[in-house]
Amino acid sequence: MYRTEALTEADRLMTVCNSCRYCEGLCAVFPAMELRRSFDEGDLNYLANLCHSCGACYYDCQFSPPHAFAVNMPVALAAVRADSYAAYAWPGALRGLFARNGLAVAVLAALSVAGFLFALGGKPAAGGFYGVMAHNTMAWLFGAVFVYALVALWMGVRALWRDSNRLIPVTANPAALWQAVKDAASLRYLDGGGVGCYNEGDQPRDRRAHSHHATAYGFALCFAATSVATLYHYLLGREAPYLWYDLPVLLGTAGGIGLVVGPIGLLVAKFRRDPAVADPARLGMDVGFTAMLLATAVTGLGLLVWRGTGAMPALLAVHLGVVFSLFLTMPYGKFVHGIYRFVALVRYARERQMLEAGEIEG
Amino acid sequence: MSLHTPHDVLVIGGGNAALCAAIAARRKGASVLVLEAAPKFYRGGNTRHTRNMRCAHDAATETLSGPYTEEEFWDDLLRVTGGQTDEELARMMIHQSKDMLHWIVQQGVRFQPSLGGTLSLGRTNSFFLGGGRSMLNALYITAAALGVEVVYDAEVVDLDIDDGFFQAASVRHGGQVHRVEARALVAASGGFEANIPWMKEAWGEAAENFLVRGTPYNKGTVLRALLDKGVQPIGDPSQSHAVAIDARAPKFDGGIITRLDCVVFGIVVNKFAERFYDEGEDIWPKRYAIWGRLVAQQPDQIGYIIFDAPSLRMFMPSLYPAIGAPTIRDLAGKLGLDPDTLERTLGDFNAAVRPGTFDHTVLDDCRTEGLHPPKTHWARKIETAPYYAYPVRPGITFTYLGTRVDRDARMQMASGKKAANMFAAGEIMAGNVLGRGYAAGMGMTIGSVFGRIAGEGAAANVSN
Repeated sequence: MYRTEALTEADRLMTVCNSCRYCEGLCAVFPAMELRRSFDEGDLNYLANLCHSCGACYYDCQFSPPHAFAVNMPVALAAVRADSYAAYAWPGALRGLFARNGLAVAVLAALSVAGFLFALGGKPAAGGFYGVMAHNTMAWLFGAVFVYALVALWMGVRALWRDSNRLIPVTANPAALWQAVKDAASLRYLDGGGVGCYNEGDQPRDRRAHSHHATAYGFALCFAATSVATLYHYLLGREAPYLWYDLPVLLGTAGGIGLVVGPIGLLVAKFRRDPAVADPARLGMDVGFTAMLLATAVTGLGLLVWRGTGAMPALLAVHLGVVFSLFLTMPYGKFVHGIYRFVALVRYARERQMLEAGEIEG
Repeated sequence: MSLHTPHDVLVIGGGNAALCAAIAARRKGASVLVLEAAPKFYRGGNTRHTRNMRCAHDAATETLSGPYTEEEFWDDLLRVTGGQTDEELARMMIHQSKDMLHWIVQQGVRFQPSLGGTLSLGRTNSFFLGGGRSMLNALYITAAALGVEVVYDAEVVDLDIDDGFFQAASVRHGGQVHRVEARALVAASGGFEANIPWMKEAWGEAAENFLVRGTPYNKGTVLRALLDKGVQPIGDPSQSHAVAIDARAPKFDGGIITRLDCVVFGIVVNKFAERFYDEGEDIWPKRYAIWGRLVAQQPDQIGYIIFDAPSLRMFMPSLYPAIGAPTIRDLAGKLGLDPDTLERTLGDFNAAVRPGTFDHTVLDDCRTEGLHPPKTHWARKIETAPYYAYPVRPGITFTYLGTRVDRDARMQMASGKKAANMFAAGEIMAGNVLGRGYAAGMGMTIGSVFGRIAGEGAAANVSN
């Protein structure tokens, strides 16, 4: 007996799919499934996080609705995946944030922005960024929330790993990590096995991979911009603001553009998704996180453009408020999908190694 | 609307053969209309449930583990059909299958290395990435891009044929019957395996207990109309390919996941709890193919595969769980069999088992002695609780009766003449090549090769 209906349905589909296996060339989920004859919650959570929701198996399946077997793996795994975010959240007391996640994230973001505006919005523009908020205060505040997010995410990762480690115990190794890095960086399993991905219907013309690359690499570039600026500050004693051609600004601008274009693409794709493979129950969470990324980029770019005007303190406060809440909500929203999917890819890579070495049976 | 626009080529059917014909005809410049009796989801008939095709090739490829020569393909075909094949057609098809491997990829179909559990086919058969429905989707996308028109829920109920010359089809669509004219016909509408009244002509009331592995739309209406209007039949009208599938499967469209291939691991009894055939006679796939017929010949068309705990994990999983019980008597109770008889059947079997070295991948030396019928290989005592059973019924895959064609896929009339403008491809003419038996992937080879020939032939017929 499973804890939830979503898990029960995923287990049912695993039995159907394990006796068919036509989809095993599409992605990693089905080969991973084939290593198991029975499943527990941890296995299903692992498989659900391994699924990239490319949709190919739904359109390729001879048993998808209206067939009586009603096989819809993308939707079943989306439900399990979202539940797994809550199940592994740390501390457990904050699990409830996933229940109405879009609302929770929006409220936290609004409070954060309001707090920063209240504290900083009225400061004079003349003193530059650090006249509005002292650099050390900024570094400590954001360092603290970042470390908190890391700890909370790490605890979640640990819980997922342990939970999915019962039937096939594995220990990660560098080769598996490197394989997972390559698979994640290229979104290897978001291509329907090479045919392309599905989103709006039965034609493999989906562009989500491009939008996702823009978003993820945009985010990485923005993070790099902040990191370089921090190093400039402490190692070289060079303080912000930097000129437009300096590295932090170039990285941040490029990242910011990616982080505008990407999330818009993802949001459009989300609203155009074929209802047959959509997961409306999780719309708030998906949209909430994507909107936060978009807000981060828009407020950051706005700050860059108008940093020389009297609006700077208010713009800085808004940007900082958005970024602060982004970090604060990271362990309690859609952001964890990237982390857990990476963890699943590491496990998958390791299981393939062990299968090839004959340490587990196929 | 498409039904009332004149087309050069009318393709009846919506599976692999139909789409290959439609694409080939369109590529030769013909305007093409495809009529699929099923709704869009169920389009494609048995192609929905396929997963590979068998094509000859002289060297290993990215997805095929070694060469499979034309001669070896021919030997395999000769073996499975027991010689019931038209050698000229078969050799032509096998030769053309080589190029099909490339042609079908050009139509958007993708292959992958063979699947887990079917590694024995990795050299001979090309597996569709994502399975048969994925393959179909690719063909439909290509056909649409070329301008082939497709109408679903369009069942052809009659044909207007004048002395071997196709004039028009009567098509039921949207609550009306339309007259659809075209200058050439490609019939690629499959067999009649879903037509239980027709199956009864050969099997009597027993056919009521048959399960159909594919869609309910394979009624053979077009086949019957063609034969009634003078096309020469081929293939045994009473024969169909039947395997033993889980008796709990739905009446139609249970597909691959209801198949059971665990006969070798135990014994098979009928409703009287008695054995009726040597469970160790032959190796997969031949044994897979005979058990449908064997069960069909038993009372009420039901059988039970009985085995014990050590065998449970030795074969591919299937949809329904094995029925388990701690004792043979309890198992009999769950199956509705007489406990005393089942105990005696099992006792007799166990007592007859001789020692041997079990290996289910070869014809091993585990056999019974002094038992009738014997189990000539893989006989191991069934003695370790819990005991398990799968109820099985005949699952009909396809039928052999079809239309005779020549090497241009042109239909032959019973009068001995060639049809003027009628071609056939796929299961509806498979009996020309495959008079009996089956080997994995051959249905798709017949469909693709003859589909392409029929499409090109129909287009050429129109342009003449």
